[in-house]
Amino acid sequence: MSAEPIKFYQVGSFAVGNRLLDITERSAQSDPSRPNSINSGHRACQGCGEALGARYALDAAMRATAGDMVAVNATGCLEVFSTPYPETSWQIPWLHSLFGNAPAVATGVAAAMKVKGRETRVVGQAGDGGTVDIGMGALSGMFERNDDVLFICYDNEAYMNTGVQRSGATPPAARTATTQAVGDHPGNVFGQGKDLPRIAMAHEIPYVATATVANLRDLEAKVEKAMQMRGARYIHVLVPCPLGWGSASKDTILLARLAMESGLFPVFEAEYGEVTSVLPVRRRVPVTEYLRLQKRYAHLFHPEPDASTLERLQAMADRNFRRYDIQEVDV
Amino acid sequence: MDKPFAITLDVGSSLANKTGSWRTERPLYMNSLPPCNDACPAGENIQGWLYEAEEGRYQRAWQLIVADNPFPAIMGRVCYHPCQTACNRAQLDQPVGINSVERFLGDVALQEKWPLPMEAVESGKRVLVVGAGPSGLSAAYHLRRFGHSVVIRDAGPKSGGMMRFGIPSYRLPRDVLDAEIQRILDMGVELHLKSPVTDVLAAKEEGSFDAVFVAVGAQVGKRAYVPAGESAKILDAVTLLRDMEGEERPLLGRRVVVYGGGNTAMDAARTAKRLGAEEAIVVYRRTRDRMPAHDIEVEEALEEGVLIRWLSTIKSVDAGSMTVERMELDDTGFPQPTGEFEELAADSLVLALGQDTDLSLMQDVPGIEIADGVVQVDERMMTGVDGIFAGGDMVPSERTVTVAVGHGKQAARAVDGWLRGVAFEHAPRPQLATFDRLNTWYYTDAPKTVRPTLDAARRVSTFDEVKQGLDEQTAVYEARRCLSCGNCFGCDNCFGVCPDNAVLKLPRGSAEGDNGRDYAFDLDYCKGCGICVNECPSGAIVMIPEP
Repeated sequence: MSAEPIKFYQVGSFAVGNRLLDITERSAQSDPSRPNSINSGHRACQGCGEALGARYALDAAMRATAGDMVAVNATGCLEVFSTPYPETSWQIPWLHSLFGNAPAVATGVAAAMKVKGRETRVVGQAGDGGTVDIGMGALSGMFERNDDVLFICYDNEAYMNTGVQRSGATPPAARTATTQAVGDHPGNVFGQGKDLPRIAMAHEIPYVATATVANLRDLEAKVEKAMQMRGARYIHVLVPCPLGWGSASKDTILLARLAMESGLFPVFEAEYGEVTSVLPVRRRVPVTEYLRLQKRYAHLFHPEPDASTLERLQAMADRNFRRYDIQEVDV
Repeated sequence: MDKPFAITLDVGSSLANKTGSWRTERPLYMNSLPPCNDACPAGENIQGWLYEAEEGRYQRAWQLIVADNPFPAIMGRVCYHPCQTACNRAQLDQPVGINSVERFLGDVALQEKWPLPMEAVESGKRVLVVGAGPSGLSAAYHLRRFGHSVVIRDAGPKSGGMMRFGIPSYRLPRDVLDAEIQRILDMGVELHLKSPVTDVLAAKEEGSFDAVFVAVGAQVGKRAYVPAGESAKILDAVTLLRDMEGEERPLLGRRVVVYGGGNTAMDAARTAKRLGAEEAIVVYRRTRDRMPAHDIEVEEALEEGVLIRWLSTIKSVDAGSMTVERMELDDTGFPQPTGEFEELAADSLVLALGQDTDLSLMQDVPGIEIADGVVQVDERMMTGVDGIFAGGDMVPSERTVTVAVGHGKQAARAVDGWLRGVAFEHAPRPQLATFDRLNTWYYTDAPKTVRPTLDAARRVSTFDEVKQGLDEQTAVYEARRCLSCGNCFGCDNCFGVCPDNAVLKLPRGSAEGDNGRDYAFDLDYCKGCGICVNECPSGAIVMIPEP
């Protein structure tokens, strides 16, 4: 874990704030004068994980750069719900071009800043569709050239804005509009899709990390660390989507936590292609505890439990525990 | 109009879009009752004072305790802490060591000589308190704070009642007891010792008192008929413990048998050990799980080498020995004789079979109802006679110091209300903050700090205090283990987890937010998703339907 855990017995390093902590040790989100990079009045659904994840990440980046930064956004929910013309929710310099070219535009902005002799930092951001599918080529180029951009993917595991279509990040067995829960193998197929954090690692860029909205301090520490580095950096943030996942709006953070604690979403960081730290799991749970809360997996439980599919999903989680050597400790 | 190409409208902010109109339910800050507060017989706001102690604001914490209970240092030593039994943290790792933190605060207060609060305006009313035990002193303290002038009369040579004459000094050092009582007297409470009241109505009349609170306790040791030879030495535990406060220490001999299974039996056996007995044997007719003594007392007695004979009764006593009969529990759990006898060498027998109360001062007063040897009172602690209240061990209740202190407080409130002609009403009890209302993921495990206990071998020979207090660092650590069940503790989670920035964080301690909090919901933008409710560690937010 990149964040040095602050040991408190009432709330560990897990709650957003802590009145007992020195002000400099508190999270960016607990600051009453935090920038609120994305403002109220945005049109994200109730309980949107992406709106939350974007504010977490960008506020931390703003703190790390003392407000001297630009965000470049791909098309996607985040862009649509935040900027219905002529309104904007962005309280930071923010630029949108196309769905597929956000990494290339970010590269251009970084180059332009360099030419102008300015220190302004650049953050590119997109949903999973804009990252793993449509923007993949531009992103891979940005990685390969080691351009000085932090690219953040807010992964809600499908094209939610256009009506929940499958993306390259949709997990196996999940129901989407294009992978209906019908036939012999309902939902999304096994064995397809892209694990972008590993693809990014294969580019051997300076920094790759995963995070979730369920562990704010970990997410903030990773963004801050990334902003202190130069070159191409990538952070992949899991952001549950109540609409697309068919979950209760109040359960957004809970689901992110369960994804992490079940092992389905390993939280780690890597430098130059090598894993350098893995977040331990505090209370390991079976995958069913995570799946059951989401209607996109309802066909795995009704009318009859689909034991073989559930086993395969559990095996994926178990493999992550092995692959990343995830420890089970109570910190 | 000077706008870029293809732009026709001015830039607007999304703040124009009041997403609060989407909402069908809204969050509401609502505190509920922590189980510790619920369980406290003295009605302390435990979660409240732990909150202050967590930040090192010890005086504020102590003031919150004494708002309900004037004896924090005593409580921290003798209370059986039902709060810790109820503590939700037990389901996570171990209960918070509330009692040791209370003791720490009580000791700091004595060290720093913090005075008790006294702000009331004199009412001109006079109240007589009969009995200077925990109940009487607590009542006197609260009555004084209401502005009444208070006179305490006690039959004994010293104040404190059972706290002095029933609890051994190795559990409650007398300097602590004296200091906490003196603090009450310093408020202007008058105390008359060796001043027994024989007729409560006459005493009321004589001193022209407006009301009386009687708390004479239960000081008479129960006797059981045990056939005994002439030279057999038999005494009761209450007398033994009382004599410990006198000039001469009682002589018990080398082998002492204590008959009974309550806390007093444990106190008597441990006292016998300290008086030099080589063997102190407790004889009890049932099994350990049925023993009325608290676990911690039994534990400490066993550590000190006290022996316990379970399932045994005493049939007869002679000089130097006694006959013991083995018992068996029947289907209803009641002990039945087996006819198997055994000789037990012993120099003296101490009876610890419970206590009765001496009600001679009021047994002939018409209207006062006495049943099962105790005085019957209504929910205001008033007897059948107007203006005569009673509490502590002499009314039906569990007989502990803390219950007595609670009675004193309750009676004082009722007396005050009665004197002013307004009925005292209890504040409505909020819903209980049960474990399932917490989001425990946010709390990390941290086992409780065990108070250092005097090395058993050393303590059996002395009357030094057995349990030592916590130092400041450990006390703060312990206080910070509190989960703050049902009550906001300023963790900023609601402020942080809202995807719509619809929670406002106001200056800390300002209480300018909703329901006296430092946070407020911005209902212009709150979409009612409920994440703040789900992620509140202490369960202090609820969802309610949109009005």
